[in-house]
Amino acid sequence: MPPLARRNLLHDKVRLTVTLTGIVFAVVLIIVQFGLFLGFTNATSGLIKNSGADFWIVGERVPYLERTVEFSERKVQQVRATPGVLLADNYVADFGRWKRRDGQEANVFLLGFNPDTQLGGPWNLVKGRVEDLDIADSVIVDRIYQEKLGVSRIGEVVEINGRRARVVGFTQGIRSFTTSPYVFTSFKNAQRFGGLRADQAHYILVKATAGADLPQLQRDLQARIAGVDVHTTATFANMTTAYWMFTTGAGVAVLIAALLGLVVGVVIVAQTIYATTMDHIREYGTLKAMGATNRYIYRVIIEQAVTSAGIGYVLAMIVSFFVVRGSEQGGAAILLPWQFAVSMLLLTMLMCIAAAMVSINKVTKIDPAMVFKQ
Amino acid sequence: MQPAIAVTNVTKTYGEGAAAVHALRSVSLEVQRGEVMLLMGPSGSGKTTLLSVMGCILRPTSGSVRIAGREAATLSEAELPAVRLEHIGFIFQGFNLFPTLTAGENVELALDLKGVRGAQAQRRAERLLEQVGLGDKVRAFPSELSGGQKQRVAIARALAGNPDIILADEPTAALDWHSGENVLGVLRHLARTEQRAVVIVTHDSRALGFADRIVEINDGRIVQPEGRRPHAEAEAHPDVLAHNGAMALAVPA
Repeated sequence: MPPLARRNLLHDKVRLTVTLTGIVFAVVLIIVQFGLFLGFTNATSGLIKNSGADFWIVGERVPYLERTVEFSERKVQQVRATPGVLLADNYVADFGRWKRRDGQEANVFLLGFNPDTQLGGPWNLVKGRVEDLDIADSVIVDRIYQEKLGVSRIGEVVEINGRRARVVGFTQGIRSFTTSPYVFTSFKNAQRFGGLRADQAHYILVKATAGADLPQLQRDLQARIAGVDVHTTATFANMTTAYWMFTTGAGVAVLIAALLGLVVGVVIVAQTIYATTMDHIREYGTLKAMGATNRYIYRVIIEQAVTSAGIGYVLAMIVSFFVVRGSEQGGAAILLPWQFAVSMLLLTMLMCIAAAMVSINKVTKIDPAMVFKQ
Repeated sequence: MQPAIAVTNVTKTYGEGAAAVHALRSVSLEVQRGEVMLLMGPSGSGKTTLLSVMGCILRPTSGSVRIAGREAATLSEAELPAVRLEHIGFIFQGFNLFPTLTAGENVELALDLKGVRGAQAQRRAERLLEQVGLGDKVRAFPSELSGGQKQRVAIARALAGNPDIILADEPTAALDWHSGENVLGVLRHLARTEQRAVVIVTHDSRALGFADRIVEINDGRIVQPEGRRPHAEAEAHPDVLAHNGAMALAVPA
């Protein structure tokens, strides 16, 4: 087929620019919003998913990670005695007040784990050693929050809930969903910082032996340990995500923004493709008079839409690359896994083809006798 | 011999009741292959409507339209494009070329509709343009061509489907004297040498010298069903006089 679609598209450069701007705006907005959604999801459940545990034992009816209930830390002995359990450690998760050397304060989320097994401990450690958390009052924080927490070097001293704390390491890329950065420390340190009694814990993290029947083990633990709920890591991660994303409405808000981006994109592209179609309506009438079927003409319009989508997608990906890179150092990460990027190509195509439907509907109703009118 | 086009008792009415407009009233005529027929009449007489009906662009309200022996009046809207593609080539007053395609690509588009593509389409497009004297303008865009050249590209495009019938609506109206004569000469050649049926709607007196028959239409009716041969008196036709006056103002090529 002669390049009628492409030529018509490229013929009016101003209109093409408007079309591509609309597509880029829509695609980048969807990527940013949905990427934020993925980033938030990651942030809400990353700690749980990266814990290394198969099960999280939580206080009865605890709905999400940050909603803690104390229980006796002696329950961990019952857990360890259960056949199929390889490791079981107490775990503290509690909010605290961080005071910088300059006196400024910030809320933090203390996470106390067993440095020997490292269940529930930090990952992506870029400075220091996890083993150093055995030292009294030692903590590890993430580089993203250096400025907020007023620390930049190992050895710096701050206060947590009025108690002295010393930084012994930094991670990279561990984000908290709330505004309170994670502060990793040993279980004992966390009890002291958080003001828990020595016999209290918030969670028990359980790792099963290799080849264990996990559903059966879960049932056994639930039956054996009173006053707790036993969740798989995946379930507890989903519960925490669901709370933050949907119960609070935060996730719904970003998804609505993503949807709005899609609607805006469809409207802008529909308008410009329609304007282009109207500009060339006589040509479509001539094509009909020459014997072209409606389907042939649809192909021309859809080819314009798909070409616009392809160019717009590439431009949007370039913009999004820089946006995503820029977010890596910020408090809210925008994630763009390759599966999402590929899906966006399909969505962009669909968006532009849907936008072309208005024009297709118009062209269907062309009276070919109009070609005789001057 | 079977006529290329046979229109029998065709009516075309728009609207209903008191507001009805009778564009064609029981029109009958035949056009033979190898014949150049002029369709003349005052503005609003139904010439273009009749051309549209003959070209299977409009369906008549009643009556029969046979194209190469095949009844077209009862075909559905979805079936009519195939008839046009197979049998009919159109030439328009405004040329109706695709401005973003070259002359060659304009002709290739018509070939593409017939399923001829690639190098074969390019070769045929070049031959058709050579046939109308534009072999050196294959890569020119319509904006780079004169009025006469554009109309010859349109003729080449109309011929791409090898139609039995060429329908031309005021093909010389936008052309100067010399270009108009060229175009009319090409249309006569198509009829005489290639045995195509050529119907020209026109007010242009130049066309009289190229036609085999003149059919007059007025108020939706054929005035002389058999038509008449062109002769000097035809130039005194009121429409021709008015058009000749307008032609004095034509833009040169």
